[in-house]
Amino acid sequence: MIAEIGLAALWLAAALAVLQMISGAAALRAGPGETNPLAIYARPAAVVQAFLAVLAFAMLLRSFAVTDLSLKLVATNSHSMKPFIYKLTGTWGNHEGSMLLWVGVLAASGGLLAAFERRLPELTMHATLAVQGFVALGFYAFLLLSSNPFERLPVPAVEGNGLNPLLQDIGLAIHPPTLYAGYVGLSVAFSLAMGALLTREVNPAFARVMRPWVLGAWVLLTLGITAGSYWAYYELGWGGWWFWDPVENASLMPWLAATALMHSVSVLAARDALRTWTIMLGVLAFSMSMLGTFLVRSGVLTSVHAFAVDPERGAFILGLLGLYIGGAFTIFALRAGAVAEGKRFAVTSREGALVFNNVMLSAILAIVLLGTLYPLLTEAFDVRVSVGPPYFNPAGAIFAIPMLLVMAVGPLLRWKSDKPARIQFELMLIAALVIGMIALVSFFGQFPLLPLLGLGLAAALAVAAFLPLRGRSLKRVPVATWGMVLAHFGIAVSLFGMACEGAFSEERLAAVAPGGTEQIGDFAVTLEAVTPIAGPNWTAMEARLAVSQDGGAPVILTPQARSFWSPPQSTSESALLTKWNGQLYAVIGNQAEDGRWQVRIWWKPFVTFIWYGGLLIGFGGILSIVGRMRVDLKRRAASTKGAQRRADVEALGPAAPQPAE
Amino acid sequence: MIRWVFAALLALLAVPLAAQDSMPPAPYAYNQLEDPALEAKASALMHTLRCLKCQSQSIADSDAPMAGDMRHQVRARILAGESPDQIRRWLIARYGDYVSYEPEVSSTTWPLFAIPVLVILIVAGVLLRRLGKRRSDGGEAEAKA
Repeated sequence: MIAEIGLAALWLAAALAVLQMISGAAALRAGPGETNPLAIYARPAAVVQAFLAVLAFAMLLRSFAVTDLSLKLVATNSHSMKPFIYKLTGTWGNHEGSMLLWVGVLAASGGLLAAFERRLPELTMHATLAVQGFVALGFYAFLLLSSNPFERLPVPAVEGNGLNPLLQDIGLAIHPPTLYAGYVGLSVAFSLAMGALLTREVNPAFARVMRPWVLGAWVLLTLGITAGSYWAYYELGWGGWWFWDPVENASLMPWLAATALMHSVSVLAARDALRTWTIMLGVLAFSMSMLGTFLVRSGVLTSVHAFAVDPERGAFILGLLGLYIGGAFTIFALRAGAVAEGKRFAVTSREGALVFNNVMLSAILAIVLLGTLYPLLTEAFDVRVSVGPPYFNPAGAIFAIPMLLVMAVGPLLRWKSDKPARIQFELMLIAALVIGMIALVSFFGQFPLLPLLGLGLAAALAVAAFLPLRGRSLKRVPVATWGMVLAHFGIAVSLFGMACEGAFSEERLAAVAPGGTEQIGDFAVTLEAVTPIAGPNWTAMEARLAVSQDGGAPVILTPQARSFWSPPQSTSESALLTKWNGQLYAVIGNQAEDGRWQVRIWWKPFVTFIWYGGLLIGFGGILSIVGRMRVDLKRRAASTKGAQRRADVEALGPAAPQPAE
Repeated sequence: MIRWVFAALLALLAVPLAAQDSMPPAPYAYNQLEDPALEAKASALMHTLRCLKCQSQSIADSDAPMAGDMRHQVRARILAGESPDQIRRWLIARYGDYVSYEPEVSSTTWPLFAIPVLVILIVAGVLLRRLGKRRSDGGEAEAKA
């Protein structure tokens, strides 16, 4: 019954998406001054649709919670013996469930927009809702026609197949929902961009409406990627934190586009410049979200992440992708000429720096896109090539290094036009920091070029991030500016972590007999014992490692080699010792014939800074949203008060008191 | 179809277990070389070689038995004095371009290098158009004002 309610809710939501689309489109066709009778349905349709789509997801969540084995999806992906939390998270650990989550978030964000957004002109709002309805409809169709999550089995299964053990981790509770919310938040930015383009309302007021959505989506993407990276780091058991895996790239590409969009929309809001550029990035960002969904969901990639294999679905999403991206760019091409370029500015201005970096971000995006899609393209012609870190790192760095340098300087420049001579001191300081840091590190040893450059840039950026605050009263700095400072500082922190991991990591692989000791960095690691233990749906060999730093009191680490029985698969559960200046990463492997155990240990200095940086970036984004919202609410309150006052004055008639001269 | 794929997946998952049971890993699969300089060389090379059994992981990041065998090959050959380039070429000759994460310019991979150059040109063009022209436009606008 539960599943049928979910399915019915999904169909109804799809019907409402049609209504929303027609109603929004009808509003556009009404002449000036009149209202189409159909137009009143767009907002309520979006709100009710949001409720229904979320209800459908809740029903699936419940089916997984009680392990309803008469549902095909539950039977293939869950298991009655699985811990409860993984039963819940398993809801989106599969193709159908994750698409339902996607659609649920899409509908929910459309509903939020329809319910609370009152600043836009009604016509633009209707165009936006029509586009949002159109996008939602495509994905409802995809779910209902090719991946129905509520399909029943003719005979209920006796037991489920279980969930991939790599996914049985708290990471699955955080990473996909955050990432999806970010992907889909960009759909609102897309719809808003299209709405504004269709009704020729690309202006700062529109940018102020769009900004919180872009910022919100960007924060969620940032946090989602950070969480995903840390998850891969501790779960895969080899200490890598970014693999340039196509699935990772699929989440990085929307982030790059969203980063560019966020900066561009800020320029539009503040300065009424970069109008067409903002619209184009809005289209690009959501296109990348859909492309990411296509790559992951269609099964064109087969990697640890991709748990869907079915070409029919791939063709469906590819069709949707072509329809939406093609349609959007067609409208863009037809209308972009009608949107004026906006205000002018000089090269050496804050806008100039932002344009430069937006172009650099787009170029990095192009490289990642090329490196991700090219192997798929050649595979279609039976030529298999691999594109990995040795390609992405240098090719990306060509654009990332100038970008980071400009990022250090950009916030110091004035809007519209500035003279470099004005910030001479800051420029010298930044250059000195880059060169000084590189010289200092090279003095101590030979390190690869990119980590070395990374260290230099990180030092300069860390200081440069706070330079915009120089000479200002800290109490009066707007919250949004603090957000920018923190986010830019977060980039420096993250970069520092990446560079340190790349340059200074130490690795020790050894076969150790119980009682034996291995030395790595300042740490002495003693294998005390290996004992078998059992969990709810696995058995494991657990090692007791006594780790002592510089002969200090030992800390016990317990890495495990786990064997799951449904599905049968073994995983390494790494054990981490986190210090302020890095992490000790330990993994236990197999037992050799002579009774010794394979132990892998890494000392990764400052590796944690990668994720601290990610969190800082996200936190900066949140501060920025809060700051902007507060200013906006204040402004709105002030303008209603002003309008009230004017109305009062008018109501008093001609006898209104004249101010005394 | 789905059942077949599932069976294949299960079989794939079961293979490592079976292999682990039947054969001990090669000596250098999980052990480092004595000489830190040689080990660093081997490790750098291993990070740029693809594990053929598992998608999107280098042989330095994989538990698959085949990755272990390949690590053993790399370390043994480095120890025997071969250069990383020689080993890469030997592996490519054996397993095809697919095994190397470091694409080399060839008839099948040239777009990977041509397109970034194109991107650099486009970037330069866009920047010149958007920023270069702006100065004279700005000047004109100011002159008009």
